[in-house]
Order: sequence, then structure tokens, then C-alpha cells
Amino acid sequence: MNDFLLGAAGFLLITLALGLVRIVRGPGDADRMMSAQLIGTGGVTVLLLAGAAERVPAAVDVALSLALLAAFASVAFVKSATRPISDTEKEPGGA
Amino acid sequence: MSVFLDIFTVAAVSAGAFFFLAGIVGLLRFPDTLSRLHALTKADNLGLGLPRAGGLLAALKLVVVWLLVLLASAMVSQMVARVARRGGSPS
Repeated sequence: MNDFLLGAAGFLLITLALGLVRIVRGPGDADRMMSAQLIGTGGVTVLLLAGAAERVPAAVDVALSLALLAAFASVAFVKSATRPISDTEKEPGGA
Repeated sequence: MSVFLDIFTVAAVSAGAFFFLAGIVGLLRFPDTLSRLHALTKADNLGLGLPRAGGLLAALKLVVVWLLVLLASAMVSQMVARVARRGGSPS
């Protein structure tokens, strides 16, 4: 069973590496950020699987931190992406 | 009983891996940003939830991780969709 869990974690890692192609190619910033978000969630899953296979309870704490950081990264992207638009919307009113 | 538990684990982890594969394929192949976002959120929710249900049943911290990812994924997908729709990026 442990071998199966480790194999599933390896398969997920290879699958997530394919998501990097979208980060390279993706036409917009939103596409790149979505791929990064998927890789973050996949990293959490790989950590949980590997931690269950190797009986490492601390992996769950690492997964929890990674989930929190992935959410913060996406929120920071949205904040930085909406600020220039709101500035340009304010500009005609100010001028 | 242990055999049934093992079978359930294998089935759940395989289904989760399949959802991740489908999400990545959708992310790579779908034509525009919003349909890519649609493919992404399914992989986010079920791809994490199914292996979690299969790996260790009812460990509280795992449930916390899953709920955090569910909440963050739902909110972030709405916000990213708003950014994409307001022209933050060329589709």
C-alpha cells in the first residue's frame, strides 16, 4: 500500500510538471496564476500522500502551511492585478 | 475489513489522480481563460479531497487542510475570474 501511495505521489508530480508548460506559454497573467494555484494544490496532495506512505506526521503541517501560502499568493496576485485598473478608473474623475 | 479499506484507498487515490490529470489537460488544452479556470477548480476540489478521504480517514488536521483549500480555491477562482473579465489579461 505504501508503494502505491508513493507511486501516486510520483505520478502527481509528473502531472504537475506538465502544468509548468502553461506558466511558460500562458498568454495572460491570470493563466499563469491559475497554473501556479493548481501546482500549489497538487503539492499539498503530494505532501499528504507521501506523508501517509512514509508515516511522517509532520508532512501534514507542511501541507497546511503550503495551502495557506498558496491562498496568500493568489490573493496577492488579485490585489496587484486590480490596483492599476482602479487607478485608471479614478484618473478621469481626478483630472 | 482491512481489504475493503485498502480497496477504498486505491480507488479514491486513483480517482483523485485522474482528476488532477484531467485538470492539467484542461488547463493546457482549453482555448480561453475562463474555461481554463473551470477545468482548474474541479481538479482543485476533488483532486485534493479524494486522496485525502482515501489516505487517512477522519484525521482532523487533514480535514482542516481540505477545508482551507476548498475555501481558498472557491474565493480565488471568483477573484481571478473577475480580473480576467475586466481585461487584466488578454484571454
